[in-house]
Amino acid sequence: MTQLALVIDLNVCVGCHACVTSCKEWNTSGEAGPLPDTNAYGEMYAGTFFNRVQTYEVGCYPATETVHFPKSCLHCEDPPCVPVCPTGASYKRKEDGIVLVDYDKCIGCKYCSWACPYGARELDDQNRVMKKCTLCVDRIYDTGLAPQDRRPACVMACPTSARLFGDIHDPESEVSRAIREEGGYPLMPEWGTHPANHYLPRRKTHVRIHADELERADNPLKVDRQQPRPAKGEPTLDDAVTW
Amino acid sequence: MRPAASVILLTTLLGAGQGLFLAVFTHQAHALLGVISPEGAKGFHGPASVVALALLAAGLVASFFHLGRPERAWRSAAKWRTSWLSREVIVLPAFMGTVFLYGAMHLTGVNPVILRLPGGVAVDASVVVGVAGTILAFALFVCTAMIYACLRFLREWHSPLTVANYVLLGTASGFTLAAALAARLAPAEAPFFAGWALAFTVLGAVSRGASLARNARLRPVSSLQTAIGVRHPVIRQISQGFTAGSFNTREFFHGQAMSLVRSVKWLFLLFAFAIPAALLASHLASGSAVVLAAALVAQMAGLMAERWFFFAEANHPQNIYYQAVA
Repeated sequence: MTQLALVIDLNVCVGCHACVTSCKEWNTSGEAGPLPDTNAYGEMYAGTFFNRVQTYEVGCYPATETVHFPKSCLHCEDPPCVPVCPTGASYKRKEDGIVLVDYDKCIGCKYCSWACPYGARELDDQNRVMKKCTLCVDRIYDTGLAPQDRRPACVMACPTSARLFGDIHDPESEVSRAIREEGGYPLMPEWGTHPANHYLPRRKTHVRIHADELERADNPLKVDRQQPRPAKGEPTLDDAVTW
Repeated sequence: MRPAASVILLTTLLGAGQGLFLAVFTHQAHALLGVISPEGAKGFHGPASVVALALLAAGLVASFFHLGRPERAWRSAAKWRTSWLSREVIVLPAFMGTVFLYGAMHLTGVNPVILRLPGGVAVDASVVVGVAGTILAFALFVCTAMIYACLRFLREWHSPLTVANYVLLGTASGFTLAAALAARLAPAEAPFFAGWALAFTVLGAVSRGASLARNARLRPVSSLQTAIGVRHPVIRQISQGFTAGSFNTREFFHGQAMSLVRSVKWLFLLFAFAIPAALLASHLASGSAVVLAAALVAQMAGLMAERWFFFAEANHPQNIYYQAVA
């Protein structure tokens, strides 16, 4: 069975919010209707988004690190938001594991948002229905697009390729390999929701260099203790030869 | 969580309506079994059922104000296999229909005897409907409470005590209402209801007290460390990703000072339990009708404060992600 998901590399994310704006742009212009903003240019502005980038500081100064943390629906394999929905508007697709809301069936009771421990769902104040990340379900199967464009808008926009998209149930997919080999982890595993989206941790690249690696111990030029180059003050090849 | 007026009204009014119906049928069942005389309550069951139905209808109307798309509310009966909310949506009209039938039988007198028990006890149609209504009333209590109790990460709610509270507090307010109504319609029966109301109020206080004690000792399961998956004891949010509010910052925070939340706790303990219990006890001692009305007003106000606190107390794990604006 297929389970589409995002794998987000926190080691690479620079917190530029390009995924946020690209997501908003694509999903507010789609056939599912707009993601409206209220009073967008006024003082008390607010809006509906599928994706947000948060920023955390880890550690105590001066030993601190900034972690940019993109947050959207995790498309849980056991989504707690689905069974609580009284109308069946909230559902998980069998064919690809995407958790979706049928905006024509949603009654806006907000119960699914209570049942989501991640706060991944946002009520659209103008259409008065629950909205959430669709993994750009209207892009990824669109045969009118070139194959390389059939990816979620956030993935397309990421300038550092921090967002990977694919089937985490296929062990040979790019995302499965990233989870397996780069230490991918789910959020709040304690609730047993089995999020499909995974995050790759911050990774430090340390290179250990030993002294004998700096100078080659078996350098043949040193075997007879002769210096390979003329001593200081002696004429070099450059002095004798005109190239 | 942010307490919504519509849900506070919905749960308190439904609870009182269910409790009132249970009170009315408790009286009939006692009379049927010959524990009390049925004569004193003539002309009580019908009007009391009308009041119960009115409360249920008011609760139903209040529930629509919670919906973004009330015109689609009919869809919410679809997923009764998995959703307690859907089950509530089915049980509530079924219960209202039963209460309507029960009240109509008592008001019109169309109430044929269906069978005679060996002891000579005549079981009429209203008894059968009453038993069905009693089952549905408890089913509705369970459905309403399980809407909250089934959410496992809202740990303040995820407890059998939530179900016990909804049953006992609703029943207590319903019996208090029955006592206040009986004081006007069937004065001789008011102490019967007041006694039960006192018992349920005391039981409700024990159960609510137990859930308060339980919730005070809860330790959060999720932390910022598990929320973003970084293993470091010191993590500070710098930005939640936006400077204005969003659904996430509105729906899951009560936005009140902790001192106010604590005050509401003491207020509801006083008004939902202590004052009504004292007034009900004083009625049992003195027979005064005014104290029953006062007990009813105090208890309903207290239970609304209790429901407000119930929501405000629940701390949703998503709040971990919204600790700093920018």
